Amino acid sequence: MLLPVAAGLAGTALPALRDGAAGLDMVLAWPGLPRAAALSLVTGLTSTLLALGLTVLILAAFAGTPAFARIRRSLAPLLSVPHAAAALGLAFLIAPSGWIARILSPELTGWDRPPDLLILNDPWGLSLTLGLIAKELPFLLLMALAALPQVDADRRLTTAATLGYGRIAAFAFTLLPDLYRQLRLPTYAVLAYGMTTVDMAMILGPTLPPTLSTQITLWMGDPSLAMRDTAAAAALLQLLLAILAISLWRIMEIAAKWALVATAFRAPRATRLDRPAALMARIASLAVAGSLTFGLAGLALWSVAGPWQFPDALPRAFTLQTWATAAPALADTALTTLAIAALATLAALALALACLEAEARLHLRPTSRAMVLLYLPLLVPQIAFLPGLQGLALSLGLDSSLAAVAAIHLVFVLPYVFLSLSGPFRAWDGRIATAAATLGASQARIFWRLRLPMLAGPVLTAAAVGIAVSIGQYLPTLLIGGGRVETLTTEAVALSSGGNRRLIGAYAVLQLLIPALAFTAALALPLILWRNRRLMRGLG
Amino acid sequence: MHRRTALRLLATLPAFAGFSTKALAAEWDGILSEAKGQTVYWHAWGGDPKINDFITWIGDKAQERYGVSLEHVKLAATSDAVARVLAEQQAGQTEGGAVDLIWINGENFAAMKAQGLLYGPFAEALPNWPLVDVAGKPATVTDFTLPTEGFESPWAMAQLVFEYDTARVQNPPQTIDSLLEWAIENPGRFTYPQPPDYLGTTFLKQVLYGVMADPSVLQSPVDDAGYEAQVAPLWAYLDRLHPALWRQAQAFPQNEPALGQLLADGEIDISFAFNPGRASAEIAAGTLPNSVRTFVLQGGTIGNASFVAIPFNAAHRAGAMVMANLLLDPEVQARAQDPAILGFQTVLDLAALTPEDRARFDALELGIATLSPADLGPVLLEPHASWMTRIAQDWTARYGVAQ
Repeated sequence: MLLPVAAGLAGTALPALRDGAAGLDMVLAWPGLPRAAALSLVTGLTSTLLALGLTVLILAAFAGTPAFARIRRSLAPLLSVPHAAAALGLAFLIAPSGWIARILSPELTGWDRPPDLLILNDPWGLSLTLGLIAKELPFLLLMALAALPQVDADRRLTTAATLGYGRIAAFAFTLLPDLYRQLRLPTYAVLAYGMTTVDMAMILGPTLPPTLSTQITLWMGDPSLAMRDTAAAAALLQLLLAILAISLWRIMEIAAKWALVATAFRAPRATRLDRPAALMARIASLAVAGSLTFGLAGLALWSVAGPWQFPDALPRAFTLQTWATAAPALADTALTTLAIAALATLAALALALACLEAEARLHLRPTSRAMVLLYLPLLVPQIAFLPGLQGLALSLGLDSSLAAVAAIHLVFVLPYVFLSLSGPFRAWDGRIATAAATLGASQARIFWRLRLPMLAGPVLTAAAVGIAVSIGQYLPTLLIGGGRVETLTTEAVALSSGGNRRLIGAYAVLQLLIPALAFTAALALPLILWRNRRLMRGLG
Repeated sequence: MHRRTALRLLATLPAFAGFSTKALAAEWDGILSEAKGQTVYWHAWGGDPKINDFITWIGDKAQERYGVSLEHVKLAATSDAVARVLAEQQAGQTEGGAVDLIWINGENFAAMKAQGLLYGPFAEALPNWPLVDVAGKPATVTDFTLPTEGFESPWAMAQLVFEYDTARVQNPPQTIDSLLEWAIENPGRFTYPQPPDYLGTTFLKQVLYGVMADPSVLQSPVDDAGYEAQVAPLWAYLDRLHPALWRQAQAFPQNEPALGQLLADGEIDISFAFNPGRASAEIAAGTLPNSVRTFVLQGGTIGNASFVAIPFNAAHRAGAMVMANLLLDPEVQARAQDPAILGFQTVLDLAALTPEDRARFDALELGIATLSPADLGPVLLEPHASWMTRIAQDWTARYGVAQ
């Protein structure tokens, strides 16, 4: 993990610092810098805080209830929505000429033409924050779901309930500390992503100035090649900013821990919190699911739309022309996308399992330094080290092949796979292994016959996450693939620069399909495998 | 012909002027046979399905006529391909490069030419070159005032036209000043893409042509001494315009398609594009209402050409030259000009064509919203590229950071 990131960063740092750090001077002289940096920091922190808070609220309010099963089922399709598609869907939903306004107009609003309201690209980054929450909440929820069975949720909640605690209090005091320990690294990844996202920020974020990461991308795309030094220097600043944000988050963690412990000592049952909390959780989950679903439904509708002008709530006519045109390109591209995702994910699973198994057998404890190394590709802004990496791949003659792209995807897929797998893997009850060993089972047999089958759920979930991550990769595919390896995402982003909603809709639907199937499999297979082992199915 | 020999002969291309047509034809035969079986990777912006379909079509044509297969590498921005070639140069990869052909013009061309990233000259040795209207369309050999010197070959002409919906606007403004008055009377119904976007900067340059005391200085590089005074009328114009723009200029569309989408959504009433046939094509596709029409300003609007260039280390150079030549073929040019296909203006001199080829152009339906060549009015030359860079920079400093 260190090698690609370090090589990439060196490739970035060199141009940033050459000519007496001329690039850095350019960045510091850019009038938009304070605001762009503040935007990155605030949208990142706010969206992460709200996404995590709502995740915990939904878990606390619904864990073990019938509503929870519904949430769980709706997760797979929501999670597989690529970021750009989610952003475009949301943009079409909330814009003044968007779907909501079209449905309400002109009957309720009196608008026969779109009002001049600043909703999208607002200077405070509110729409961007909303988009990030809608996209990251399902991810955190999935991570939490994978971890829940390992923290003995059912028994703890039952015990707390018999002592008279309300659902929220019981969850906060008995489960949250253990759960958060497993959610910490996914949360950091969400934070780093929220701060450095480019595709979502370009669609939903402010433009005067844009967020720092967007500005870096713009500088990188500047034809005057001198701007690349500026971009490189700004990328280093972005790196510092990400470090700052994580430090701030760490301080908040400590404060939250202190507050939770202090409250727990007073042992409030807080049963009156339950109903408003359940209501809020319901609203939050409906809002997130609704905005993603209707946003994508809007795009899907565009893909079969004939003329569709404001204020018509629905297209005047439907046509399959968009699909007919896109179909031939699709088959090839989908196959390439799938092959890369499968290669990267299988390799990542094998590596992650090997690491974790070695750790378990040799009784190694993962040092925090080792963990940081593993997560480096997620915490270091992609834009900071990919161009440097491209240079390296070129000089080794490794670029432009499917395998090279799969290899670079592995760099990003592995941390996510490891992230979603390590918690459940470490939390697996070691006494089962001890019992098996006393019965004469070898280490290998314990791994293949006990540990792996019992962890089938988390392993499949990790695989689905891996596939979704691989499919969502834009910059790495473009840079290492040399433009010759076309995936659904590179095609979709290239198209989205043209703003053609019909074709974007078609690609978004297709982009959704592969990861959606993977997630469905990850949730459905354990239910089939363990149809007669209730406790193995986790909560719900 | 052996690849190596072909390349050596190509290196002497500037000397072609003195060769007989026969020798030239023999050279070209060599290139054709070398190109046969090659796969050309054409890096071209992939944001418009109509253009993508056209590229697919021309790929089929190339396969059928010359046995050359074409792969369209769809870019979000041309600079991605520039960056790719630059990275290859820095990594010391002097042959077998990933990019065979780039759709390019303006500052990307200037940057690549200055960095020695281009192969050439090759354009003026192409068999179809004599058909190009070099005299009538000087933009085919002058790219943003930079002489192309055969390092890129033109394939389409573009000109700025304004689009408006007759259902909402009866008398569109005819000058850059009346556009300002119209915008102030109709607040929130006009905007332009955010510089440094290409079309947005073009709008600024169009305003410059309208408000500058002496627009002829635009043809020379920016002169620091006079610059502030020369552009002061532009900033005065924008200071008045911005409060009346869409979203009070608190947000801007990011590019040409985003601007077009605003017109299609009815958020704005007047828009503009760098393609006189765009409106008709979008009406035909059902994206714009058929009440949309186009207009140009008195005194003319800015126009330029799109080119293709070949990187210095292209792996399939012969195939790329065959493609560049095919793009100049009258049949291909006529198809590109068809509003139902692309609506791009041709780079050819119609008078130089055979009667059959000219008939292809005469047969074209211009489209409901497209102005005839006569109505398009004079074409203003692109200012020197340094103006674009400088104005975009200053725009960002003045308006790019909302207060």
